Formats: sequence, C-alpha cells, structure tokens
Amino acid sequence: MTATHTTATHRAAARSGRRTRLGDGLSPLRAVPMLPAALLLLGFMLGPILYSLYLAFTDSAIRGEGASDTSFVGVQNFLDAFADGDFWNSVVLTLVFTLVSAVVGQNLLGMGLALLMERTHRLVTFTVTSIVIAAWILPEVVAGYLLYTFFADDGSLNTILTSIGLPSQDLLFSAPIIAVSFANIWRGAAFSMLVYSAALSSVPGDVYESAALDGAGPVRRFVSVTVPLLRPAIATNLMLTTLQTLSVFGLIFIMTGGGPARQSQTLPLYMYEQAFSYGQLGYGTAVALLLLLIGALASIAYLRLLPEEDKR
Amino acid sequence: MTAGLSTTAAAEQPRPAETAAPRPAPRTGRCRAAGTRLASNLVMAAIGLAFLVPLLWVVLASFDTEASLSVAWPETWSLGNYSAIWNAETTFRPLGNSLLLCGGATLLTMVSAVLCAYPLSRYSFRAKRPLLLTIIFSTGLPITAIMIPVYSMFVQVNLIDSMGGAILFLGASSLPYAIFLTKGFMDGVPMEIEESAWTEGAGVYRTLWSVVLPLMRSGLSVATIFTFVSMWGNFFVPFMLLLSPDKLPAAVTLYTFSSQYGQVAYGQLAAFSIFYSLPVVVLYLFLGRNLGQGFAAAGGVKG
Repeated sequence: MTATHTTATHRAAARSGRRTRLGDGLSPLRAVPMLPAALLLLGFMLGPILYSLYLAFTDSAIRGEGASDTSFVGVQNFLDAFADGDFWNSVVLTLVFTLVSAVVGQNLLGMGLALLMERTHRLVTFTVTSIVIAAWILPEVVAGYLLYTFFADDGSLNTILTSIGLPSQDLLFSAPIIAVSFANIWRGAAFSMLVYSAALSSVPGDVYESAALDGAGPVRRFVSVTVPLLRPAIATNLMLTTLQTLSVFGLIFIMTGGGPARQSQTLPLYMYEQAFSYGQLGYGTAVALLLLLIGALASIAYLRLLPEEDKR
Repeated sequence: MTAGLSTTAAAEQPRPAETAAPRPAPRTGRCRAAGTRLASNLVMAAIGLAFLVPLLWVVLASFDTEASLSVAWPETWSLGNYSAIWNAETTFRPLGNSLLLCGGATLLTMVSAVLCAYPLSRYSFRAKRPLLLTIIFSTGLPITAIMIPVYSMFVQVNLIDSMGGAILFLGASSLPYAIFLTKGFMDGVPMEIEESAWTEGAGVYRTLWSVVLPLMRSGLSVATIFTFVSMWGNFFVPFMLLLSPDKLPAAVTLYTFSSQYGQVAYGQLAAFSIFYSLPVVVLYLFLGRNLGQGFAAAGGVKG
C-alpha cells in the first residue's frame, strides 16, 4: 500500500524534475550505456529473427543435400507443411492445448483462486497459495516428471482413484493432450492467480457496496462490475498465458515426448522433430514462423479486448 | 478427486455457493454468509490438496529407496537416495554448470539492463516510445520459435557447445523483460537526489552506482531473482546449445537422468529434483512479499 503510494509521488517528482532541470535531450554520449544491451539484442535476438526469415525459404539441413550446399527453395517449405497431415495434427493439438490449458484452465482457475482468496481464512489462503506458487516456480523439467508420475499407470492419481473405489485412468495413453494440458494448468495457474489478485486488490470496495445497494446479486456484481473493471488485466493475462503456452516444449517433451503416435505433438515438438530428428533445419524454421504467426494473431485478438482508452 | 475434476470445479464452485447467498432477511443472510465462507474455504482447500499431491510425491519419494511412481508413505525413511547421488558426476557438476550458466547470464542481463534503463528513464527522445513498445513486445516473443536459427547460427560461428555462447544467448533472451522491469523501478527514484550528486561533481556512472542503484535495491533484487529463476528452469536453450556431457546444466542432466545401473531410479530422481529445485524455492522465499511488485508491473504492460 504505502509502497505504491511513494512510488507514485516519486514518479510525479521525477516528472517535474525532468521538466525543470535535467537536460532532456538524448545526446550520443548519453546513449553510450545502452550499447551493451543494444548489441546483445541485435546480435542474439534480431539476428536470429532475420536469419529465420532467410532459413525458412531454403533447404538447409543437418545432413544430406541441403547441408553441404544450401539453396533457395521459395515457399516450398510452407507448401510442404500445408500438405503434411502431421503438421495439421500439430496445429489442432496446439490449439486444443492452448485453449484448454491457458485460455480456459489457467485463466478460470487463476480467477477462481483470486476471488476465493478474498473470502477464505488467512491460514487457508496462505497455505493454498504457497502450494500453488510452489507448483509454478519449480523448474519445467521437474514439473514434467512430477506430473508424469501423477498421471502414470501406477502413479498417484490411480492410487487415489482406486482407493476411493473409482475406475483408474490412463490419460497418458488415451488422451495425452488432456494430460499435458492439466499439467500446464497445474504449472501455470499461479501466474494468473497473482495477476488477478493484484488486479482485484485495486478495485475499490465501495463500487461493490453501491452495486449491492442497487440490488445486484454476487453473480451480477461479478459480471457487470468486476469483469469490466478487470478487462485490461484479463486481456493482458490472456495474451501472456497464451504466448507462454504456445511455446511450451520441455513439459510435454518430458511427459510424453509428443506421443504416443503424435497424439500430444504440439507445434514446438513437431518443429523440433523435423529440424533435429530428420535434420531439416529449413523446414523446421518455416514451422517456427507459422507458430510465431499464430502467436501474433492471438495477440492482436486480445489487444482488441482492451478498452479504447488503454490502446493508445 | 481427480485433478481434472477439481480444476473445473474450482472455476464453477464459487458461483453456485454465491448465488445461494445474500439479500433476504438479515438473520438468514448472516447464516448464508457464514455458509459461503465455509464453502469457499472448502473449495480452496480441495484445490490446494489436488495441487499438493505431485509435490508430496517428490518429497516422500526422495526419502524412500523403494520409491514407485505413486505417492506413498516410505516404509523406511532413508537418506539412501541422497547419498547415492551425492557425487560430482551426478549432482555437483550439473549444478555447478547451472550456476555458471545462469549466474553468468543473470549478471550479463542485469548489468546491460541497468545501463540501458538509465537513459530510457532519465532522458526523453523521440524514438523512446517506439523503443519501449518494441521492448515490451519482444518480452512476449516465444524463444522456442527462434531456437532453430540460433542453433544454425551458432554452428556457423562455432559457438555451439560453448558455455560463453550459451551465456550470451540466455542473457540476451532475458534482456527485454529485465529492461522493462528495471526501467519501471528506476522511474520511481526521484531525480533531485541525483542532481545534487551531480552538482557535487560525481559523474553519471558514479551517480548511477552509488545513488540510483541503492535507492532501487528492492526492485533490483526482484528483477534479478525473476531473471535468475527463469533461467534456472530453462530446459530448451541449454538442451539445444550445449552438447558435451561435462557442460550440461542440471535442467538437461535431469532429462537424461538414470541411475548407475541404467534404469530410472525414481527415488534418486526425486532427490536430485529436490537439490535442483532448492535454489529457486529459497530465492522465492527471500523475495517473499516483494513478489507482488513484479506482478503490478505485469498488469501495467501499457508502459
């Protein structure tokens, strides 16, 4: 509370200081400190991005023809992808994975937890949020193993199910994409929870009181007061979780390796397989660009959710 | 209860409980409110339990030399798993490599980020807003999608399987978010103090080091810890860029983990997972209440 307050005053002070005293132009000498960051970003971020725009249109390969002498093949890689059933399989799986685990799972569970947090006993809140955050901070590979053991045939979930007399499951075989989606919910719910609880705490309480006086029930209050107020946070969070989920690799790689029979092979795993198991770097890069395209389209869609005044 | 059931239940449950709640006569209203609170606590506890099971497995299995894939109370508690992996080959070298890789990259990222944030925070120039927007957008760039060109470039310039190369790339890939956070925290440091240091003859870098940085210590530690922890958990980057077994960090050796007899010993895997996860858990505990700061920033992505 006080922290945000002082930051605000500091910021105001900084702004007035900028206007009155400090030379405000950026001279070349003053830009010198930005050099290391600029070089790193140009060399290791922009460089690969530009290079991928070239690589995607070549037959570059680890071995064979494209390895010794790479040649330009135009849009052939993209045509190959569109003609490949496995590619479309991966696209569908990626969309299912993103929709189930990020858009629905992490967001709803995160919102649910953030709303519950305001009503539950302090001790319960503290314990449960600690557990949920612990699931989030664990390294990806560890999370992959933990959820693999959870869903495995002789894993924890089946032990619990049989002990309470329910039939056991074999999600890792029958519906691996659902198993890895649950794993991603387990791992990512804390992020949405933290974003939403930070956003909820900034909603002034008297808004609810006046809505309650007007006779709005809790559901009504949530839909017509909370959601509109949280719209920027919801749009931002949807965007961030979608982008994170689109690029999930390690979690699925550890749990299922994309299998069985490609049933959980999302685009990053397909891209990896094509580029490294089959050595087709050019083709793999083309797939990566298509993955970026999906991310960009999703981001544009979410940006439209933002209220007008926030877009600028 | 399955994880699946509880996750959907989590989103749905509060509503039925709430619809039943308030409005009518005050006495039943209070009763219902207590009911709502009880229901909320129960739902919250159920979610917590579902999340807890996998975590419980890793802790219990690490003390159980007979560990299976299922969560179970060890018949005999033993440190056997820990002593089995207590050697340089399995544990200390990978963790040392992780420390070198992530420590080096964090240092590189934070030094570059602070230096870059300073002009961004202190001076105004025409390209500033587009520059900031570019930085914010690149925080969302899925790094997974550029790993093939990075691999291909690294092969050509002979940086593949080089710790230095991996540090440079890991550092660069975390830079946008680090710059964004650092700039935000730096904006909170008032300029007046800095100006008085200038009038006393301190140079720009000296002022940055001994006036500005100490004033943004807590923000700086948040940014540093966020950077380090995300690198520590990163699997794909070292998996692609490092090849020799003696250079691999813990993230990658855990993937190839097997006991000395070739089979996966789950107890040992659990013990190693605990060793590997411990640093990030400790760092987050250290962060404690400051954790929110990073999220206030994430919520205000507008810049």
